[in-house]
Amino acid sequence: MDLFLQRIFDGLSNGATYALIAMALVMIFKATTLINFAQGEFAMFGGFIVLVLATEQGLPMWIAVIVGMLISAVLAAGIERTLIRPFDPADHLPLVIITLGLFLAINAIAGIVWRFDPRAFPELFPSGKAMSIAGATLSWYTVFTMITILVVAGGLTLLLNKTKVGLAFRAVSSNLESSELVGIKVGPTLQFGWAIAAAVGTLGVSVFVASPFRQLEPQVMVTGLIFAVSAAALGGLDSLGGAILGGLAIGLVQSIAVPYLGVPTELSLLAAVVVLLLVLLFKPSGLFGTPQVERV
Amino acid sequence: MTDRLLDVKNLHAGYGPIAVLHGLDFHVSEGEIVVILGANGAGKTTTLRAVSGMIDRTGSIELAGKSIASAKAPDLVRAGVAHVPQGRGTLPELSVEDNLRVGAYIRNDNEIDADIEQWFQAYPVLGERKNQRAGSLSGGEQQMLAVARALMSRPTLLLLDEPSLGLAPIIVADLFERFAEINKELGTTMLVVEQNAQLALGIADRGYVIESGEMFAEGPAGELINDDAIRRAYLGV
Repeated sequence: MDLFLQRIFDGLSNGATYALIAMALVMIFKATTLINFAQGEFAMFGGFIVLVLATEQGLPMWIAVIVGMLISAVLAAGIERTLIRPFDPADHLPLVIITLGLFLAINAIAGIVWRFDPRAFPELFPSGKAMSIAGATLSWYTVFTMITILVVAGGLTLLLNKTKVGLAFRAVSSNLESSELVGIKVGPTLQFGWAIAAAVGTLGVSVFVASPFRQLEPQVMVTGLIFAVSAAALGGLDSLGGAILGGLAIGLVQSIAVPYLGVPTELSLLAAVVVLLLVLLFKPSGLFGTPQVERV
Repeated sequence: MTDRLLDVKNLHAGYGPIAVLHGLDFHVSEGEIVVILGANGAGKTTTLRAVSGMIDRTGSIELAGKSIASAKAPDLVRAGVAHVPQGRGTLPELSVEDNLRVGAYIRNDNEIDADIEQWFQAYPVLGERKNQRAGSLSGGEQQMLAVARALMSRPTLLLLDEPSLGLAPIIVADLFERFAEINKELGTTMLVVEQNAQLALGIADRGYVIESGEMFAEGPAGELINDDAIRRAYLGV
């Protein structure tokens, strides 16, 4: 029983990071119906910026995270402007290839600048255990990762539903032409989505590697992205709440189903892919996604 | 001719290598309702899209004396042109209220909420369903919402692209009555593209008939509706 509970806690804290990256994916998917395959690498790069700010520039950790989020938002906005916007948003294949290219390029640049050796990342949350429940340890790390995803989801929901730029973003997600006809400039609105997504991703990686059991390295998000894509697909790709539940579910599948089904740890990535496959087969719109229905 | 709100001369436009409009001349005076008639494929929709900056075009287009020939759609909204595209220009995933709110996107005044409230009172069905997705409304309700959404930007010129498309005749008649009311009460100038010539000419001051991207006839609505050649060829009566 205590082992089972422990696995649930571990699964939730892993799932929180998948949820954050999944929310970043959802922000871009909502606006463009495009999956940004470089989202994990954006996040990894942001994580290194945070590390540099904290260890080399001596900023307090949370300030470093916030400044790192801002810097990665500006970088993503620049990438959107130069590499994404020149292409027709309705033609997905070139854009997907560009995001795959960005995936490789950002990974390589991070390797050149910071080397491929893992680096210790300063702690973001208080260490130690918050409480013991039936012999299982609930760490402060798990508690705070859960709080973080709730704060981010709440913040994004407010941003989308209560601000003018959020309204423009939702309008562009719904109908490009009608958005232009009310005076919305589509390019800058999508750029806003890329910037927000990059900031959320940077926070996601910072939280992930702030675990005492993990380190930051250029490959840190390569498999994480697959978990996050599965999480976003499970949640419905256009739902922030779905991304959270999807992320936590994938984390739990990884930490519970894998050991109990006797799957070797090396194959835990497979669990995510199996979930992705099942979603695509049986519920392509995910748990909370908007089904594509058109009035004719 | 200072009362010409919209003055278009030698308008050419098309899609890629395909030229659709071959030099159209027309104008809309302040406060008028002008209708552009024509068969399928005559270039009616292209004309509106060219005016509102949705597609590339050449020629002279002046709005209240200022050239708008190179302006893009989002800038034209700021200049006072609102375009209701063919097939309902709503944002289906957004709520009815958000559709109206986004219609006022270019405005920064504090009367937006009051204007939304006014539309809810004028069309109670929109008020009753303000939290529903616009896509769940009926065709006629969506068309009315699209018009209200366009008017939320407080335009001087409203472009309507086949508002009757796909709607039951009784709903269309009601819709056109409301257009006439809006024209009278708000003083909004309107350029309407229609296939339903009878109804459109019924509320219009003047009309143009285009054929294969060229001007075929023009005149006061009352004359067009009684011109035998036009009646036979274009009005289907």
